[in-house]
Amino acid sequence: MKRHLISAADLTRDDALLVLDTAEEMARVADRPIKKLPTLRGRTVVNLFFEDSTRTRISFEAAAKRLSADVINFSAKGSSVSKGESLKDTALTLEAMGADAVVVRHHASGAPQRLATSGWINASVVNAGDGTHEHPTQALLDAFTMRRHLSGVGRDLAGRRVTIVGDILHSRVARSNVLLLNTLGAEVTLVAPPTLLPIGVEQWPCQVGYDLDAVLAKSDAVMMLRVQRERMNAAFFPTEREYSRRYGLDGGRMAVLPEHAIVMHPGPMNRGMEITAEVADSPRCTAVEQVANGVSTRMAVLYLLLGGSEPALATARAEEPRPEEPRADDARPDDVPTEAARTEESK
Amino acid sequence: MSTILIRGAKVLGGEARDVLIEGETVAAVGTGLAAEGARVVEADGLILLPGLVDLHTHLREPGREDSETVLTGTRAAAAGGYTAVHAMANTFPVADTAGVVEQVWRLGREYGYCDVQPVGAVTVGLEGKKLAELGAMADSAAQVRVFSDDGKCVDDAVIMRRALEYVKAFGGVVAQHAQEPRLTEGAQMNEGTVSGELGLTGWPAVAEESIIARDVLLAAHVGSRVHICHLSTAGSVEIVRWAKSKGWDVTAEVTPHHLLLTDELVRSYNPVYKVNPPLRTEADVLALREALADGTIDCVATDHAPHPHEDKDCEWSAAAMGMVGLETALSVVQHTMVDTGLLDWAGVADRMSARPAAIGRLAGHGRPIAEGEPANLVLLDPAYRGVVNPAGFASRSRNTPYEGRELPGRVTATFLRGHATVMDGKLT
Repeated sequence: MKRHLISAADLTRDDALLVLDTAEEMARVADRPIKKLPTLRGRTVVNLFFEDSTRTRISFEAAAKRLSADVINFSAKGSSVSKGESLKDTALTLEAMGADAVVVRHHASGAPQRLATSGWINASVVNAGDGTHEHPTQALLDAFTMRRHLSGVGRDLAGRRVTIVGDILHSRVARSNVLLLNTLGAEVTLVAPPTLLPIGVEQWPCQVGYDLDAVLAKSDAVMMLRVQRERMNAAFFPTEREYSRRYGLDGGRMAVLPEHAIVMHPGPMNRGMEITAEVADSPRCTAVEQVANGVSTRMAVLYLLLGGSEPALATARAEEPRPEEPRADDARPDDVPTEAARTEESK
Repeated sequence: MSTILIRGAKVLGGEARDVLIEGETVAAVGTGLAAEGARVVEADGLILLPGLVDLHTHLREPGREDSETVLTGTRAAAAGGYTAVHAMANTFPVADTAGVVEQVWRLGREYGYCDVQPVGAVTVGLEGKKLAELGAMADSAAQVRVFSDDGKCVDDAVIMRRALEYVKAFGGVVAQHAQEPRLTEGAQMNEGTVSGELGLTGWPAVAEESIIARDVLLAAHVGSRVHICHLSTAGSVEIVRWAKSKGWDVTAEVTPHHLLLTDELVRSYNPVYKVNPPLRTEADVLALREALADGTIDCVATDHAPHPHEDKDCEWSAAAMGMVGLETALSVVQHTMVDTGLLDWAGVADRMSARPAAIGRLAGHGRPIAEGEPANLVLLDPAYRGVVNPAGFASRSRNTPYEGRELPGRVTATFLRGHATVMDGKLT
């Protein structure tokens, strides 16, 4: 594997399977009464969040703590005037503090790549979501979830048909998923109103359509993306009601899915918009399971990036969990941030 | 009166000739020339062109002297072979009054590296609302003839129409920065396959082309002339070609970077490639080269846009748009147009000197190399190959996209009215 995880395209098929298999080992730890491994003891993982995202941050925090790493949470929301300076200066500060890995969430597409390639820091960089670019650990946890339901542990997703529905244009989850699912052999179809598809999407390694009903019966998994209500103010679609009529997943549409098919959502869900409560609360919806899988997957990523050349559990021994350790159930991954989240002040 | 004898230079890339400069003027062009006491410049293998003229330079003074000043910018211009530059109006304060344009013009004269011809703002404060005092700027000592809100588009069709009409009174031209503002809100790079993958907000070609289409129609309707700044797409070329076929007085410029670089470079997220209009696709680059070769695009203009280091040493979306270009323009044009066989050196003289001088109504520049003409000249070595090293720039800023890239050609001497501003490849 490469030293950084910036894009799902950084992962070969073997890399991706290694992460997923390692994540399965990590998941087993989560089933123990004591959920801790000494693997990254003495290493420092910094969660550098320029954008509010409690879900993703605590998921990474739980992952790092279960590996016994020291975790520093750095909420560094820059002022709008000096965003650039704060990225570089913050990086230099982290370097001075001896960070081994920096998990970065940033509102600007490409910011993690800048961190990784600018020469400002030596630490491994993990992209925890950058602008409307990528969110590779979300794609990994989604693949992990799909594998468990659709193909089995240890295998790829060859031939599995995955439909991703919603705001593809602004979704870093969609971009990472298309790349990773393609690497793993799945057949991806994107469904969205034409206004919410990027120019050039026909070059992506997937099918594209505008009609949700046309693809449901042929889907092994349907991934519903969060659609921000504010988008309709920029004329991406006329009204919420029209959006949910054409692109929302309700009980009727769910009934058209094959028996084995699952419904996924990266969270947080807009109930009544892209997904109805009936679907969200049905046993076919894996949203909560995805959250739990997120911790295992992020453990695997941190472990492999920080030099885990030995099997993850070879030296494993249980330790007392720290009292402040959050439960995995509290952590939920998320998709594109709201505009409001970008401007709110954090402490 | 100083006398300089340039010996054996290929004038416009043709046969080797001797060129004698007496005072501010070319005194003779021939073979076997001799002059008592003349300073002799051996030019065997070198090309002699008229001094280059840039229609589009940002000198940043007044207001942003941390990125460039008239002094550093004109030294950079001389080093790049220029004898005249048009200084864009987006300074602080904006060059929208006779006072500001005269100040910039005077600074250029005082320093003596390169003539500085100010561009006047079309509208007060570049705000696109109210016409600036175009006539006062035209009548000032600076004799402004080119008007532009560059950096911003004159997007109001009525304001654009009035400006085009009004400047007819003094032979002016409106140089339009063609960018439909609503289609480019938050735009970060060319809209296409790459922007979709990178998740950066797109700047679609249609935002440029729709304004150009409107403005050539407006210019035709009111019988005025319009100049299109930094044309960047294949579609824009087609519109300008069509307008010219109608006989309308439309001219256009292309930047060196749009002749060479594409949006694939943005995959690095390195803001040194962030520029407005953005780097486009390979197909656009090839169309622009062809259009420059066949004359559809009249000239090369640098859009030299200096920025301090911190404005590029950051994440993409926070970075400033623009690239320096004065000191690399001739090399990029040699690389993309001459070495590819699209344009000969006489063509380069036309596109980088004669035509921009004509568009700017700039007397004394872009003239033939002949007896009695002003001695504004550049001598260059086309055989030179070198790696671009911004540490050696005369410009105060270093934001070049060519760092580490090997480019051909080198300016060995520049003469401004007979005075050597560059000699032996060094500023004097």
